[in-house]
Amino acid sequence: MDNTTHDYLTQSDAVKARFDKLKQREVILEVKGLNKVYKSAQGETTALSNVSFKTHRREFVCVIGPSGCGKSTLIRILAGLESYSGGQVLLDGKPVTGPGRDRGMVFQGYTLFPWLTVRKNVMFGLEMNGMSGEEARREADLWLELVGLERFASAYPHQLSGGMKQRVAIARALVNQPRILLMDEPFGALDAQTRCKMQAHLLDIWRNVDVTILFITHDLDEAILLADRILVLKANPGEVQELIEVPVPRPRSVDQLFTPEFIATKARLEALIHPPTAVASDEAETVKPHMIRFTNVADNVE
Amino acid sequence: METTAWFAARQELPPNRRKLLAIGSFVLPILIWCLVSYVPFLWHPMVRISDPGAVDYFQADMLVDKAVFKAELETMQAQGGALPVGGLSNPIYLPPPHKVAEAFYTGFTTPPASKDGLWLHQSLWQSIQVIFWGFLLSSLVAVPLGVLAGTYSAVSRLFEPFIEFFRYLPAPAFGALAVAVLGIYEGPKIAIIFIGTFFQQVLIISNTTRKLDYALLEAALTLGTSRLKLLRHVVIPGILPDLYRDQRILLGWAWTYLIVAELIGTSSGITWFITQQARYEHFENVYAAILMIGIIGLGTDLVLAKLGKRLFPWDKPANKQ
Ligand SMILES: Nc1ncnc2c1ncn2[C@@H]1O[C@H](COP(=O)(O)OP(=O)(O)OP(=O)(O)O)[C@@H](O)[C@H]1O
Ligand SMILES: [Mg+2]
Repeated sequence: MDNTTHDYLTQSDAVKARFDKLKQREVILEVKGLNKVYKSAQGETTALSNVSFKTHRREFVCVIGPSGCGKSTLIRILAGLESYSGGQVLLDGKPVTGPGRDRGMVFQGYTLFPWLTVRKNVMFGLEMNGMSGEEARREADLWLELVGLERFASAYPHQLSGGMKQRVAIARALVNQPRILLMDEPFGALDAQTRCKMQAHLLDIWRNVDVTILFITHDLDEAILLADRILVLKANPGEVQELIEVPVPRPRSVDQLFTPEFIATKARLEALIHPPTAVASDEAETVKPHMIRFTNVADNVE
Repeated sequence: METTAWFAARQELPPNRRKLLAIGSFVLPILIWCLVSYVPFLWHPMVRISDPGAVDYFQADMLVDKAVFKAELETMQAQGGALPVGGLSNPIYLPPPHKVAEAFYTGFTTPPASKDGLWLHQSLWQSIQVIFWGFLLSSLVAVPLGVLAGTYSAVSRLFEPFIEFFRYLPAPAFGALAVAVLGIYEGPKIAIIFIGTFFQQVLIISNTTRKLDYALLEAALTLGTSRLKLLRHVVIPGILPDLYRDQRILLGWAWTYLIVAELIGTSSGITWFITQQARYEHFENVYAAILMIGIIGLGTDLVLAKLGKRLFPWDKPANKQ
């Protein structure tokens, strides 16, 4: 136990050098003492309490935490879609006041415009910001090629699979060349195999594009596979538990799933998100069904 | 092997069954009508006199109740007078299908009874114009207002409560008022169609607008769309297929106000034709005219549905066959 809890903090020289270099880069996003209280008829819910962290340029940050800990709330505040009750959100040192093209967002539910073709979807942001049609088209085609969907440029979103839709959504967000790409469980609705491909694909994109990524997930493997650092939140109220530097070296691949660094990091995340003591004490949350046998006693499956 | 059952909840049937049922939905009522018309003893409560015999008030081609005929027949038998002769018949208000089909054709070939009267197709054209203008004027105001109310809470809060109230007022109630204001010709008729359509239209369209997935607006915002541009670039294109469907339903609605509208002021259009024919008990003409309204209504809707498929290739419900 002692061994594994320490392991995730031990970094190889190469990894350490990477983190040192990363921290030299300028800060893109700074969140200081962020608070969010939802007021509703049932009373007040503190979704976020005193959340602070910094993200450097071209860093890949994952946010992880139990359901209802305020991950979506956090990312929506960063996108400017939700107001906040206290604290500060600074992008390049300037406070965030509303949605803007400097922060791209990819939603879990795709949210492609169904009336536009794939190409027009990608062109949307450019045209809204005054780029001429011809130029926007050329630009869009470039990004479609990057996500490997140039063949589907004139298809409508309803003709695409989930994974393809999400690739269009990524291209649509990136075409605006945002400072940061915010992704709220983007692969949550995909099957395991597609998700795996999309993870590799996203890493590819991230390697080739000057963009910082803040990625929400509840899948521990996904977080470790993708992230430089993992922001672990706890629920009720949503607070930062730890900001973990992932010791798994890059380039990443699924082959690293069973390396000691990976296992150690995962063990740490497990411990933070499903603490063994908390489960026992949290009586209301645990389901203790009273098992009744609905089958014939002789008809045993085990 | 049959893979789909006839009754599987929310499951589409194979094309041949769909076609069969669609044809059946028209053939069945016609079949019932034929049975009632052509098979005696199924209904036929009247007797059509062919020879009045000695009954003094009977005339050839007169329709009398079966019981009356029987009573008179027995009286004549008892008195030993000439017996009346007649065949079973349906009441005058239920002409057989072939009579109506004939009237359908002769309606267009018979010149108007009076000099200043109108041919049937002219009457129909009058009606279509009333519907067209009433629906167009209503749409010109209601569609923008509905979209704005569905998009901006302020517009909705300002207009919808009053509209909710007004839509319960029956449109024909404004007939006399409309005549006083707009005269006796087309004006008040168009006004009734307008009143009958407008208030529902605003509410239905604002509701449709509100159903647009808000996440689409959020996505547009994060792509740098200004709040002012949202309406034109997201809300309107987003609701267009549903708006179009609403308009189709509302157009059908407008037709149902036609007869009441055309009775206001000087009776006109197809209504004038129907009331005239009913007055002379030419019920086959009345049925033919009613059928024409149905055919024009259904025909326009089918054309609009086809057009909608062309206009909105991304619209799933419309293209799901
Ligand atoms: N619009 C709202 N009004 C009131 N309370 C809200 C609202 N949105 C979220 N909350 C509350 O805020 C808390 C955080 O919600 P949030 O959606 O951010 O969680 P999450 O971490 O994204 O959860 P999940 O992993 O299930 O997506 C929850 O307790 C939720 O009930
Ligand atoms: Mg969430």
